[in-house]
Amino acid sequence: KDKEEDESKEEDSCSQQNRASRKKNYQQKNSDGKKAGEEGSRQRERGKKAPTKDQKESENKEKKTNKKEKEGDDKQKTDRKNSTTSSSNSSDEESLSEEELAMLMEQVEQKKKLISTMRNKPWRMMKKLSVLREAQAFVEKFEGALGKGKGKKLYAYKMMMAKKWVKFKRDFDNFKTQCIPWEMKIKEVESHFGSSVASYFIFLRWMYGVNLVLFGLIFGLVIIPEILMGMPYGSMPRKTVPRAEQATAMDFSVLWDFEGYIKYSALFYGYYNNQRTIGWLKYRLPMAYFMVGISVFGYSLMVVIRSMARNANESTADGDDDNFIFSWKMFTSWDYLIGNPETADNKFASITTSFKESIVDEQESNKDENIHLRRFLRVLANVLIICCLCGSGYLIYFVVKRSQTFSKMQNVGWYERNEVEIVMSLLGMFCPPLFETIAALENYHPRIGLKWQLGRIFALFLGNLYTFLLALMDDVNEKLAEEDVVKNITHWTLLSHHNSSVGNGSTATPPPLDPADVPRGPCWETTVGIEIVRLTVSDILVTYITILVGDFIRACFVRFMNYCWCWDLEAGFPSYAEFDISGNVLGLIFNQGMIWMGSFYAPGLVGINVLRLLTSMYFQCWAVMSSNVPHARVFKASKSNNFYMGLLLLILFLSLLPVAYTIMSLPPSFDCGPFSGKKRMYEVIQETIELDFPLFVAKIFSYVANPGLIIPAILLMVLAIYYLNAVAEAYQRANAELKKKMQMQREEEKNKRNNKASTNPVLQDLEDLFTPSTKSESHLKEAEDKKIDSPNRTSPVVKQDKAAALGGSPMTGGRGTAFTLPPHMFMTRPPTPHVWAPYPGQPRPRGYPLGPVPGRGRGQPRY
Amino acid sequence: AEAAGAAMGGSGSLLPREALSEYQELTFLSKQEILLAYKRFSELLPKEERENACSARLPESRILTLPELRANPFQHQICRVFSTSVEGDGSMSFEDFLDMLSVFSDTATLDIKSHYAFRIFDFDGDGALDRKDLEKLVNCLTGHGEESRLSTAEMEQLIQNILEESDIDKDGTINLSEFQHIVSRSPDFTSSFKIVL
Repeated sequence: KDKEEDESKEEDSCSQQNRASRKKNYQQKNSDGKKAGEEGSRQRERGKKAPTKDQKESENKEKKTNKKEKEGDDKQKTDRKNSTTSSSNSSDEESLSEEELAMLMEQVEQKKKLISTMRNKPWRMMKKLSVLREAQAFVEKFEGALGKGKGKKLYAYKMMMAKKWVKFKRDFDNFKTQCIPWEMKIKEVESHFGSSVASYFIFLRWMYGVNLVLFGLIFGLVIIPEILMGMPYGSMPRKTVPRAEQATAMDFSVLWDFEGYIKYSALFYGYYNNQRTIGWLKYRLPMAYFMVGISVFGYSLMVVIRSMARNANESTADGDDDNFIFSWKMFTSWDYLIGNPETADNKFASITTSFKESIVDEQESNKDENIHLRRFLRVLANVLIICCLCGSGYLIYFVVKRSQTFSKMQNVGWYERNEVEIVMSLLGMFCPPLFETIAALENYHPRIGLKWQLGRIFALFLGNLYTFLLALMDDVNEKLAEEDVVKNITHWTLLSHHNSSVGNGSTATPPPLDPADVPRGPCWETTVGIEIVRLTVSDILVTYITILVGDFIRACFVRFMNYCWCWDLEAGFPSYAEFDISGNVLGLIFNQGMIWMGSFYAPGLVGINVLRLLTSMYFQCWAVMSSNVPHARVFKASKSNNFYMGLLLLILFLSLLPVAYTIMSLPPSFDCGPFSGKKRMYEVIQETIELDFPLFVAKIFSYVANPGLIIPAILLMVLAIYYLNAVAEAYQRANAELKKKMQMQREEEKNKRNNKASTNPVLQDLEDLFTPSTKSESHLKEAEDKKIDSPNRTSPVVKQDKAAALGGSPMTGGRGTAFTLPPHMFMTRPPTPHVWAPYPGQPRPRGYPLGPVPGRGRGQPRY
Repeated sequence: AEAAGAAMGGSGSLLPREALSEYQELTFLSKQEILLAYKRFSELLPKEERENACSARLPESRILTLPELRANPFQHQICRVFSTSVEGDGSMSFEDFLDMLSVFSDTATLDIKSHYAFRIFDFDGDGALDRKDLEKLVNCLTGHGEESRLSTAEMEQLIQNILEESDIDKDGTINLSEFQHIVSRSPDFTSSFKIVL
């Protein structure tokens, strides 16, 4: 109780002091306001002006150190005497008032800063409110007085606009937070399952946002212009269902396979015409198609990298610092978001086990039993898993090959048509549990085990995807060969049709051949698009069915059959399912990879994906809440965030490769798609530059595309990367050095407390160097303190100083260098957010100028 | 103020517009969050006090009925820390409530979060975490079940380890700066020290 009182007294004294200083300012301002026409008032004014300046100085000092404040007050008193005398011979009124204005401006700025940082202060709302009101009143009052003549108006206007801008920004932020969807849903999940499960849904939401943008790009710039302005359906062969397929083109079974009318729609590559411009807008559709295809990748790359960078920035702490295992378990393991008693019980249990485990680990670390057996088992497990991976790869290759022979046959059944998708989905469903079973042999720590498991699933998916692509590529090459033949046939057909009509002797133009009858090529792009779309759809279905059967039906069974069963179903064998975070995240990532890969050949794919993510959000939220139980071991979400992002980036890159390959090195089909008739797809850019831009642009472009320029540019980039890498490494080394220093300091501190005859000879040496005089030690401490700051800064000056301090401190001769550092170096240290003041006596770096704390040696909390 | 009234669906009195903007300035909360907090707060009040929710105080027992705090092992401590009550009974005014939500909000800084975390863990309020505080903290974290409690020897060992790690000045307690140092290094403190209404 009396502690609280003490604190409040302190606050009072502090605020009183502030008030006092402010009162002085008010007076000064008032006198200023009278515009000093008479002699007497000017005199008074001068008398007061100088002290305020000193006061400001002392305020600045206050900011730096609380201790200094007392001194500052004293100094202020002495200075006042000096300044009153010195002000008599000061310059004319103009410059004085200008100086004053600057001062006032600075004060106003300070107040504004205070207002904007008020929320960071651990004060009670009452105090914050009163300080805020005071500061606001101050700003209101003197803002208008600033500037003069025309400048005054401008200044007032600027201030008004600034205020409006702040308000607008706040409103906009409010609006933005209101626009974030599913906040309540995620919160509900969060309170039931903790932050780790919720992190999956946040990831899903993020993915949905990215896909919405991609959807907007593709639909807005490609599909809708094509539908509105392009040639209508049936006007030309590529936009018409061939005569042979027309009878069944509307059957559901055909549509379900994305054949028939869907195949000849704007959802696929083949539908687009190679006309350079369409509609009255002269919209360059082929160009737009190409650019959108590229910008889909560009945008995704940018977004992923930006969010990775943000994640990396946010986690200021490096998680691998294992100095504080126990303390972290103690102080940061509770998840405050948990609002459900059952989850809380689980959390209690998991915290208890982790405590017990870590105690046992500490007591008998490195207890090794039969290491040979374990090694053998691990090797065996890896061999088994590699066998599985190879087997699944071969199976897919085999199935895709078989499907190609099926596709040439008529009257194949449903299973034969969908064999590839079924096999891939089944592999995706059964291999991960198999891996998990095998991983039990290895007996890894759960966290390491999880990493291995993720890596293996990743390898499986990737292997499957790439085998699938390779097999598809074979197919494409076959189709390309086939195309040459068809091309001749088409040409010949059209020619003979023309000839026959001419041969009949009719003078009128021959009736055009019905577009449905024109023989056409296989259009490999559409085939690839259809394959990927079908794979995506079957993946969606399998995911949903797995959730329905594996989670919901199981939960129902366990729940209701428990009344009449021989053993306890809830606690025993089937029990309820847990939410598999890593599996779900990986599924999402792979799905996204397919979307990226397929969106160039099937523009409608992104639409399907948006639908999928939307339904998945509701469906999975429902499934989690209705039929899953919280994890027995709750994993932390924050650590793996960037891990998943890294996987996403890898997948993005890997899905970019095949698309880029096909664009750059395969000839597009001759009778379908926006690039038909060109040798390569990218020629559309050259064409646009040549035809639509003035000549010099083409010239510039040809210069830029010159290898003589590209190679130096690449070289330059490589050099830049090398340089940045070297700099980063240097910083890292400096960081490690500092860490080591800090650890040493700690050790030394410990040893000093425990016993003087310490163990480590190096430390003892250091200690000898530190002891000579208390003064030098405190100086060194300051130097240390500064060094802690330095990684946050990048200026070479600081680095130099640090080097000097590093080099100087251990040597007796070098101590002089430490002393030669200009003292203001320590004073001008900018307040950095997360700096730990290593010595209890030192002020907290971010402290708001608090009142003097006379009797406080230790950094006690200010309540 | 009309908007505020509309957002609250007419339950209880209105939050004045000036107060709303001041609260936005002083907390890490957005307008919607403040209005929601106001709504939840006035819902907890008895009917006759809803008219002047800003000046009313909620007793601790009422606050703990919030689902967000129901399962929290530090619920009493949280109420005590954020309460401005003179009697120290943990009752909260609306401003205390906002203070609490601001500290636990998503956007609050690590500094302020760790400051309040320290005060929550400081059970006896003496400005340092000593052995008694740590023991209480462990008991809170391991739950109330008898079988989940740590044995005396384990407890002793655990506290010994923690002090070894984090008590830099070796005075047998962990003070605020030591605590902030530890917590600022932790990768998941800010993501878990969060309560959202």
